[in-house]
Amino acid sequence: MTTRPPQDPHSVAGKPFPVERHVQVLVVGAGPAGLAAAMEARASGLTTLLVDEHPLDPALFGLDVPFHFGGTAGAATRNHGRMLERVAASMPELERAFELGVEVELGVTAWGLFARAPGTCWLPPLAAGLADRERSWHVTCDRAILALGRRDTGLAFPGWEQPGVVGAAALRCLLERYDAFEGGRLLVLGSDVDALLTARLALDRGLEVAGIVEIAPAPVGPESLVAELAAAGVPILACTMVKAATADGTGRVASAVLTALGADGGPVFGSERSIACDTIVLATGAVPVIDLMGAMHLAFRFEGSAGGWVPVADEAGRTSHPAVHAVGDCAGLSETKSRDPGIARAEGRIAARAVARALGAAAGEDDADLARVRAARAMAGPDLAGRRRAWLEASLAVSGADTFLCLCEEVSCREVAEVRAPRYLTPDPARVGGPGALARLSPERAAADPDHVKRLTRAGMGVCQGRRCREQVAALLAREGGVGLEAIPPAIYRAPVRPLPLEVLARLPESPEVAEGWDVWFGIPSQWVPPWELTPAEGGAEP
Amino acid sequence: MSDRNGAGVIVVGGGVTGLSAAWWLARRGADVLLLEKGIVGWEASGRNGGGCTHPQSPLFLEEQRLWPQMDELLGYPTEWRPYRIRVALAEADFERFAPWIEMIRHNGLRAERLDPKQVLELCPLASDANLGGWFHDGGHANPQRTAQAYAWALQDLGGRILQHTMVTGFTTRGGRVTAVETSRGSFACDELVIAAGPQTGVLTALLGQEIPVTPARAEMIVTEPLPLLRHGGIDGNGLYGRQTLRGNLAYGGGLHEWLDPPAEDMRLPPRSSTPVLASLARRLVALFPKAAHARVIRSWAGFIENTPDGRPVIDRLGIYDNVVAATMSSVGFGLSPASGRAIAELVLDRTCSFADLSTLRLARFGNLGERWREERGWVPPAPASLAGPVA
Repeated sequence: MTTRPPQDPHSVAGKPFPVERHVQVLVVGAGPAGLAAAMEARASGLTTLLVDEHPLDPALFGLDVPFHFGGTAGAATRNHGRMLERVAASMPELERAFELGVEVELGVTAWGLFARAPGTCWLPPLAAGLADRERSWHVTCDRAILALGRRDTGLAFPGWEQPGVVGAAALRCLLERYDAFEGGRLLVLGSDVDALLTARLALDRGLEVAGIVEIAPAPVGPESLVAELAAAGVPILACTMVKAATADGTGRVASAVLTALGADGGPVFGSERSIACDTIVLATGAVPVIDLMGAMHLAFRFEGSAGGWVPVADEAGRTSHPAVHAVGDCAGLSETKSRDPGIARAEGRIAARAVARALGAAAGEDDADLARVRAARAMAGPDLAGRRRAWLEASLAVSGADTFLCLCEEVSCREVAEVRAPRYLTPDPARVGGPGALARLSPERAAADPDHVKRLTRAGMGVCQGRRCREQVAALLAREGGVGLEAIPPAIYRAPVRPLPLEVLARLPESPEVAEGWDVWFGIPSQWVPPWELTPAEGGAEP
Repeated sequence: MSDRNGAGVIVVGGGVTGLSAAWWLARRGADVLLLEKGIVGWEASGRNGGGCTHPQSPLFLEEQRLWPQMDELLGYPTEWRPYRIRVALAEADFERFAPWIEMIRHNGLRAERLDPKQVLELCPLASDANLGGWFHDGGHANPQRTAQAYAWALQDLGGRILQHTMVTGFTTRGGRVTAVETSRGSFACDELVIAAGPQTGVLTALLGQEIPVTPARAEMIVTEPLPLLRHGGIDGNGLYGRQTLRGNLAYGGGLHEWLDPPAEDMRLPPRSSTPVLASLARRLVALFPKAAHARVIRSWAGFIENTPDGRPVIDRLGIYDNVVAATMSSVGFGLSPASGRAIAELVLDRTCSFADLSTLRLARFGNLGERWREERGWVPPAPASLAGPVA
């Protein structure tokens, strides 16, 4: 006869895990890669749920989540119902996905992925935390295909906190998915393929492009696109850096002050000029979105030409967790992928077929898609992460180190580099940090750990969850340590990977057993017995 | 000892307990080297509720005496603030608070009963339906800033810290530990302190006298900043936590998950957050309904060790006379100013001048069975059953 081993009633042991439903394949992100993956998985007969966070909870536009909207989202974005129609209408493949039987949930965000592993033995093999504006819930799945896309990164220059400074991904999202961008005359910072495509999209939508600003001696993106924009009358301003953004009476950007860069990378004296614009587009380097993967501790590798940290994955996008695939931009950016969404679609289909085979379903041939993806990967691309770092260096050279790098917590470049205590402790912080403090944090390593610096300076601890400063902090730490960006590990990601209201998380179903077992701490009664009540056997005094 | 490859006292473990001990030792003029496998304050020392109120401990009065001075003593801010508030949402809560209040008063500190209106005055975020609560002595501080403050203060006194240094073994001679073997070579020592959190068990086992501890994973959530309350240290509804001086609500409590203890490679798995964070949110909304709109922007998870009775061990290992070992058994941060001072005195004076540590001796586990973890169910759980949605 076996007796049941005792369970700690205050631990997770024996608590059911509430699940709304199970699907064979969960696809997160309904861009080209995600849609293609979902349709392919469904075509193999697998139950497939595709979720996409758009249309966003309107409050997120103001928080610059998930993109750097910079106050340029029009009032229409507050009308969720209308936005639902617009977002759906912006996705021509959606109808086919519906016809195939893909279940599509728009306006649903995946805020966490949870997998059974040492330390989380209690969890199901793979579950996702989902939420809409009202509530959150779990689905379990056999496989997850993540098509999380890319996001903007920030660039600190004086005035970049003002409305009108918008990320390229945010601008494209507002133009293409919401048709709700407010602005008319754009100055684009950056000249890589994404910057140029963004400028072209703006022109197509009847907006004016006041210029393309590039710190390098010549535009870095494809020549054909440069020529196309030049022919449309867009000034290309090479060896130029923005020194400041100035605002009008409403607070919105009204002009940018530009300066020429000399051979030493510093500003050329007397070269300043002002250029009128109501929008400054940050197109100085996107990054793959890896937050959900980071929060489940997947393995990453650094590849500058892919945008920085990308998941370790095989050709089918299978990450270090065998049930999780990454496809599209979140698996790594490239110039070819940016120009040809067919590459991302091919990646999505390859992953979906691998999933189908693993789940014992029929899957088509990969050959054509694989050939296409391989050819794209073989094309050498520019060092996107290195270019992003160069922009920060240019900003430091032109504007100095006192610009806020972290807008949420108002932390300047200098304060990060000197590990200064945050402003809310003023006047105390005068004695904390200083030149050399960063090196002193971690003399055993070439560069300080970004999470260590985050805890002390608070840069990256704000409500945008570090989206605007994370890469800048990494570049600054690399610069201070005199090392490459690959030496700076990605700062940790945590669920919820979107800032979710307490009341939304609170509506995640909870089993009654959780409430029964709940204790403020471990529920070990002897832990709270004071010395004067302990018996000798418990270590107390003899009576 | 002048040998730079060693020290008069080596402290193994760069959590708050080891850091504080090293700092107190350095204040007494000892030549101290602290070895840390990762970054100082990285584990539970930097991932906790920041509570500084532990009336169940023989170190309580010293904890309360020291915290108001810590910013000055360390020379760096800890963000310590005085007082705690306990909010009752049900009559049963008062029964839960009662032993706590009794212990505070037994120690001669203050605790005042609050009526519901007073709770709302002190904490406008609280539920209008609260039943009142308690306002009492104690406090809270910022764990991450405090851990680094100890490290900087230690270095200011000439103490050395080696991070990213894994202890792999010890050299012993004549009933004494003479050197600590690490991933960066051997470090000679006259005295040794082991205060290595969940790794304290495996490290003391290497010396043949294992302090019984086993690790668990616990979680917390953090909201966006809210306007500052008058007093940030507010507990209730099964939660512990604080409003930070920045304004964030940082709260934990509830379900933990037991892990297998670390093996000799000292490793624990990644510190994963789980959907338990939603259960924290649920209870925080009930405690602070007027903060229901606040956005959760982070969560933490961390590993903390417990002894079989959940109480600390601060003791000299009998088997090697120059070794003091300590585990605070899942309640280490707030007590760290006092625990570090106690450890330093045990090392230098062989006795503690300000508190009776006899209840924290290792000998109380003399008859502990080998299966003490299994007997308590303190082992990794079976996978959860999947339930349909429940309200």
